[in-house]
Amino acid sequence: MSVPVKNTLLFALVGGLILLTGFMQSWNSALLIMNMGLVSAVMAIGVNLQWGFAGLFNVGVMGFVALGGLAVVLVSTDVRPEAWADGGWGIVLALLLGAATVIAAVYVSRRVPKGMARTVAMLAVLIGGFFVYRAVLDPNVSAVEALNPAAAGNIGGLGLPVLLAWPAGALLAAGAAWLIGKTALGLRSDYLAIATLGIAEIIIAVLKNEDWLARGVKNVIGLPRPVPYEIDLQGDPAFVERAAGVGLDPVTASTLYVKVGYSILFLIVLLVLLWMAQMALKSPWGRMMRAIRDNEVAAEAMGKDVTRRHLQVFVLGSAVCGIAGAMMTTLDGQLTPGSYQPLRFTFLVWVMVIVGGSGNNFGAVLGAMLIWFLWVQVEPIGLWLMQVITSGMAEDNALRLHLIDSAAHMRLLTMGVILLLVLRFSPRGLIPEK
Amino acid sequence: MSGGSDNPWQDGRGNKDHSIANPRGTGTMTPAHRKSGATKKVEGGPFLIGDTMTGGYGKGPDILHDCTIAVEAGQIAVIVGPNGAGKSTAMKAVFGMLDVRSGSVRLDGEDITALSPQDRVVKGMGFVPQTSNIFTSMTVEENLEMGAFIRRDDISGTMEQVYDLFPILKEKRYQPAGELSGGQRQQVAVGRALMTKPKVLMLDEPTAGVSPIVMDELFDRIIEVSRTGLPILMVEQNARQALEIADKGYVLVQGRNAYTGTGKELLADHEVRKSFLGG
Amino acid sequence: MDFLNALVALSNFVLVPGIAYGSQLALGALGVTLIYGILRFSNFAHGDTMAFGAMVAVLVTWWMQGIGIGLGPLPTALLALPFAILGCMALLLVTDRLVYRFYREQKAKPVILVIVSMGVMFIMNGLVRFIIGPDDQRFSDGERFIISARDFKEMTGLDEGLTIKTTQGITVIVAVIAVALLFWFLNKTRTGKSMRAYSDNEDLALLSGINPERVVMYTWLIVAALATTAGVLYGLDKSFKPFVYFQLLLPIFASAIVGGLGSPLGAIAGGFIIAFSEVTITYAWKKVLEYIGAEPSGLVQLLSTDYKFAVSFVILLIVLLFRPTGLFRGKSV
Repeated sequence: MSVPVKNTLLFALVGGLILLTGFMQSWNSALLIMNMGLVSAVMAIGVNLQWGFAGLFNVGVMGFVALGGLAVVLVSTDVRPEAWADGGWGIVLALLLGAATVIAAVYVSRRVPKGMARTVAMLAVLIGGFFVYRAVLDPNVSAVEALNPAAAGNIGGLGLPVLLAWPAGALLAAGAAWLIGKTALGLRSDYLAIATLGIAEIIIAVLKNEDWLARGVKNVIGLPRPVPYEIDLQGDPAFVERAAGVGLDPVTASTLYVKVGYSILFLIVLLVLLWMAQMALKSPWGRMMRAIRDNEVAAEAMGKDVTRRHLQVFVLGSAVCGIAGAMMTTLDGQLTPGSYQPLRFTFLVWVMVIVGGSGNNFGAVLGAMLIWFLWVQVEPIGLWLMQVITSGMAEDNALRLHLIDSAAHMRLLTMGVILLLVLRFSPRGLIPEK
Repeated sequence: MSGGSDNPWQDGRGNKDHSIANPRGTGTMTPAHRKSGATKKVEGGPFLIGDTMTGGYGKGPDILHDCTIAVEAGQIAVIVGPNGAGKSTAMKAVFGMLDVRSGSVRLDGEDITALSPQDRVVKGMGFVPQTSNIFTSMTVEENLEMGAFIRRDDISGTMEQVYDLFPILKEKRYQPAGELSGGQRQQVAVGRALMTKPKVLMLDEPTAGVSPIVMDELFDRIIEVSRTGLPILMVEQNARQALEIADKGYVLVQGRNAYTGTGKELLADHEVRKSFLGG
Repeated sequence: MDFLNALVALSNFVLVPGIAYGSQLALGALGVTLIYGILRFSNFAHGDTMAFGAMVAVLVTWWMQGIGIGLGPLPTALLALPFAILGCMALLLVTDRLVYRFYREQKAKPVILVIVSMGVMFIMNGLVRFIIGPDDQRFSDGERFIISARDFKEMTGLDEGLTIKTTQGITVIVAVIAVALLFWFLNKTRTGKSMRAYSDNEDLALLSGINPERVVMYTWLIVAALATTAGVLYGLDKSFKPFVYFQLLLPIFASAIVGGLGSPLGAIAGGFIIAFSEVTITYAWKKVLEYIGAEPSGLVQLLSTDYKFAVSFVILLIVLLFRPTGLFRGKSV
């Protein structure tokens, strides 16, 4: 079987699985899988840029995805002038002071000669700066958080269309990635993995605790949508008529209509990014990235600035993850910092990339759709399996109840098994790099 | 295809992240046989001989062509030649790190061509690699102990002998070997190999990168080791000095025997002098 | 008197919890550092290995409690610990046989092994949740305190009380024993030395007749013992919850890296540095400061406890900026 035929068949298989879900469960479930699958595919493209193109090990995907989510809140929620008047500007000032402290400390470390004097000076700058920062920040934060805490209590957003939040999410994630990359890739030996692992946890901690920013664990709900609301559609006689025309009741039709709307939007983004990633891969830039990956020493000898290239691709990949995060939060219509788990948002994306095929953009997309489908469907399949296995036991058998109860945890197990099987028997993934 | 390797698991995509992957001390050895094949008894011949060896690394092209290297009991044999002549390769072939496609390696009346390097150590080969030949983080004494790892008998006698041979090591026995000077490290390396009580000692450029004074001292030590009756096979860059102490010399060029003779003969040979000894 | 009160308050809220948490992190980091030194990759499944070991301990403890075996004032879990270690050893050896060994034969790059360990992490994580569920489990019993705050106040007549929980005492004692055994093993026994040799120079170890498969097997056995001990101690001290062990991965990695990956001594130092930084920076200093004469207006808490990850991370960055190989220069094992 030729390679293009095999790849087409693989994509057809995943498409078929989703269609099967539509026929056997419901079209609603099928579209749900489809939409999150598309979002996951965008994440996988981001990680594939970093790992596949450049061999960078980013285990902080969750953090960049969450920053994309934050961008949705900051861009699309209503402007709250009163919050800005009471303390918003104060908070901005405090953050600027904090940044100034760090910059001053870096300046000291560069200018003052090594020794006791430098350590003391740096500590003085950092500690002094920290107390000034807290002194400015704390009262302003209290002021903002005191404003209508039940419904808001944060600085609000810019009141712009939600679609603008997607590029904004990319920018936010890119900014964070630049900071991390600058520090972690600039060290004498690279420490990107531990740096990203840590920063992701910190980003989530900030989102959970800084209520003034995005309400913390109180969540932001009811985010604006790029597609119409179901209830409006159901109230629209023209829509109801059209729905009846294809034999659907208005409620079902409206939910499907909305989900298809998201699917189209996501598909557009995915195709654009996929096209860009393919172009990048084939461009001189992409060839150079791969040259560096395959032989860093030779690339360095040819005068390539490896650290700079690595920083570029790390920032780009993280930006793509930021877009995906913004898309996901838009789809959910809410930002819930408590729901970000590394297993789901970092390591699962890695499974997608490895299973799909490191270094191949189409592989990343395929892996993402397939793994997401399994992630969703393993639970019902596991439950069914457990019921079959335990059907011979008594209704109230303790083991039987435990097994059926625990079926939900099958999905982690399955993901691990799939990753290990692919690594062992098809180490280049389903669609290998050319 | 990336990484230039056929094995997908050896493609690390150029990742150099020290927080997840430890590059230090990783094995680079590419033995011809991971698992040993059978050996058979043979009659006569020198104590150790790599006989008309032809072969190369892994699936690569032949680097050695009908190359023969041998050492008689109680003698010193040296391999010399220009850079890239296959000196170290010839020694590695004898040690089983190179796929010997035709020819054979025989030690003390036994054909060991099919043995893995580890099993050759058990058979009595003491091998001192050119680089990374000591455990840098371990003390001198621990290095010697590790040299004797395969022995189950009392090693204190051998250790005393090594300390007698290299008194400086006794002084520094509790110091990490990595903190020693270049010459002292080489002594540790040779000492470690001697701890197995080998039947033959193989040294791959023992004087590489040490100062001339230290080099002279190392040569003296090697002669001293040889006086204990241990045959020595040695690769050397410093051809003249090496041939001066050699009973037998092999000049290799492009993986072939160019000249063979006693050390004295080679030193006197006009062609050898002109081509390899700078006149 | 006020100074003594300040000292007691400091001990109660910073020193004692810091020492206990530091011991737990150190044991965890030792496992990570051993695998890094010998198998040459960072094991993402380490947190879940700890969870698995601790889970076996929880189950055995419940069984012992059920049939009435106990240690009196000491937690029954101490009796269960050896069984848990055996269970964890079995799991790791099976995992090595089924998963990791193949990649060693292929001479796979360490970064590939890191990805493999992600897969193992998923499986172990799923396994633990599958067997015991994702919820909090209590399994500590026996005497709760060595010294309770009230006893301490009565004894000393101070205003501040000092509480030392039994679990904290046990943590420190068990950790000291475990570390002493480990160092004795690595530095004095033939097998231990061969492990260090293998970590230092794989080729030369092979030439010296050291069998890599044996070295690897011993490494997994030791890692299982360390991880289970760390997991059980942490579970006794706080509580057993699978997800929390997964989250411990970051401070444990941070400890190992701060100390210098591959260096057991460094792992211990790193564990205590991370633990103490976390506790001091997230502690509200108001009380201590008041005793020594200051009149702070707020709680004087530098950062909220939710930012403890941030603390490990910043310490890590600072150390790496000034000493890229960690405090102990990452000497091999």
